Amino acid sequence: MIEVVNLSLNYGDLKVLKDISFTIEQGEKIAIIGPSGSGKSTLLRCLNCMEEPSSGSIIFEGDDIADSSVDLNLHRRSMGMVFQQFNLFNNKTVIDNIMMAPLHIGLHNLRKMKWQNILLKLRNLFSKEKKPLNEISSTPAQIKAEIKDSAMSLLRRIGLEDKKDVYPSTLSGGEKQRIAIVRALAMNPKVMLFDEPTSSLDPEMVGEVLDLIRVLADEGMTMVIVTHEMGFAKEVATRVLFMDDGRIAEDSPPEKLFSDPQNPRTKEFLSKVKAL
Amino acid sequence: MKISPEEEIMGSFSIKFERFWQVFYDHNGYVRVLEGLKNTITIAIFGLIIGVIIGTAIAAIEVSPKKSIFARILNRLCIFYVGLFRGTPIVVQLLVTYYVALPLLGINMTPVNVCVLVFGLNSGAYVSEIMRGGILSVDPGQMEAGRALGLSYGITMIKVVVPQAVKNILPTIGNEFIALIKETSVVSFVGALDLYVAFNYIGTNNYEFMVPYLVMALIYIVLVMFISFLIKTMERSLRRSDRSSKS
Repeated sequence: MIEVVNLSLNYGDLKVLKDISFTIEQGEKIAIIGPSGSGKSTLLRCLNCMEEPSSGSIIFEGDDIADSSVDLNLHRRSMGMVFQQFNLFNNKTVIDNIMMAPLHIGLHNLRKMKWQNILLKLRNLFSKEKKPLNEISSTPAQIKAEIKDSAMSLLRRIGLEDKKDVYPSTLSGGEKQRIAIVRALAMNPKVMLFDEPTSSLDPEMVGEVLDLIRVLADEGMTMVIVTHEMGFAKEVATRVLFMDDGRIAEDSPPEKLFSDPQNPRTKEFLSKVKAL
Repeated sequence: MKISPEEEIMGSFSIKFERFWQVFYDHNGYVRVLEGLKNTITIAIFGLIIGVIIGTAIAAIEVSPKKSIFARILNRLCIFYVGLFRGTPIVVQLLVTYYVALPLLGINMTPVNVCVLVFGLNSGAYVSEIMRGGILSVDPGQMEAGRALGLSYGITMIKVVVPQAVKNILPTIGNEFIALIKETSVVSFVGALDLYVAFNYIGTNNYEFMVPYLVMALIYIVLVMFISFLIKTMERSLRRSDRSSKS
């Protein structure tokens, strides 16, 4: 589904990612672990080009999205991303946060189709060969109602429908992160990228966010999670990547990586984590 | 009977006031004053609106990632524009526009419209700096979240970043408006009728300037105090929306 080929990233002289290649298959749940500064988050952010790679390519659905000629925005719509700092839109209510992107894109596409129809009609006037018009079956109001329905059902799913009209600043960290997750889900993504989703949460809120991610995993969502929650990685992931110094030091199923690590760096890291 | 200096001043003041009142009220001087007040406010308000639009556009260009050549050229132009309008006095800009630029281009405009245009262009340069600070004060995560959802840079800017930036800089924009109101007192250079021209006319009528200019100063003060009050109220209600629910 996503193929990373010879990916490198430098900030000036600092090499953050060094020639990384790996493939993510449909339905896989990949956990990326490793010491801080090893490039885990950077690697994740490269997958949807939030960080532009210095070299290499990222093939998503047959297109190299690291290439500047492809429509990156189009591809990002099928890659949901969840941030460590939640990043809910502070000037929008909860429901508007969830609805904003789908609504904008829905209305934008509708306008585009209408323009195309006008151009087609003009063309048909002057040429013998008549081309069929785009079928426009919905009005802006219908699109809005549809998107609102699905946003409400997403909110209901996480039990926060009574919070739909409040601004993010009044929510707890756990609530914010769960809303950030359903905001990404509202775009019907094919893959979800989680960038340390629980690292800035109070301990008692970590559980509710992990529960939601677990449910998504059980539904078969393809996901990549950068995390420090080793227990969670072990339980949910189908594959664990251990990163060290800008390289993937080890790539194996969780049972193997956690019980029988091959790389000495992995051993050292896991023993430190266990000691805590 | 001897009169004290204080009484003499007060006496002459009351005569001066009577003379002023004669021209102001009996000879319909107030019509000009109202006209001048209207022009002053019109120039300041529309100038600010144009300024905010231009300023926001410039700021958005200046903070954007400059990948393409086109963006870099646009950025250069913006820097030149800001330098030009901040580097010359507003009076010079008014005179050059009215007596040089517009005649060369063959455009006919009323003095008030010229003033709106020039004050708008001028304040655009200042607002762009204010707005740039405002945009930079918004958490970069907001832009990232919008881009990660597949929205373009421009759409995220308009829908998410700029509204938050405007909230942060509202007090400063209010100051800019007050500064504009005060700066409009130079529009007589191109023959627009503003408060100064109106009161100057009243004074010239009987060569008595003390009271007219005093009243003019009072009108400016009341105007500015009223605007400060409006800005404070607006700021408070905006801040409330941050904390509580929409309903």
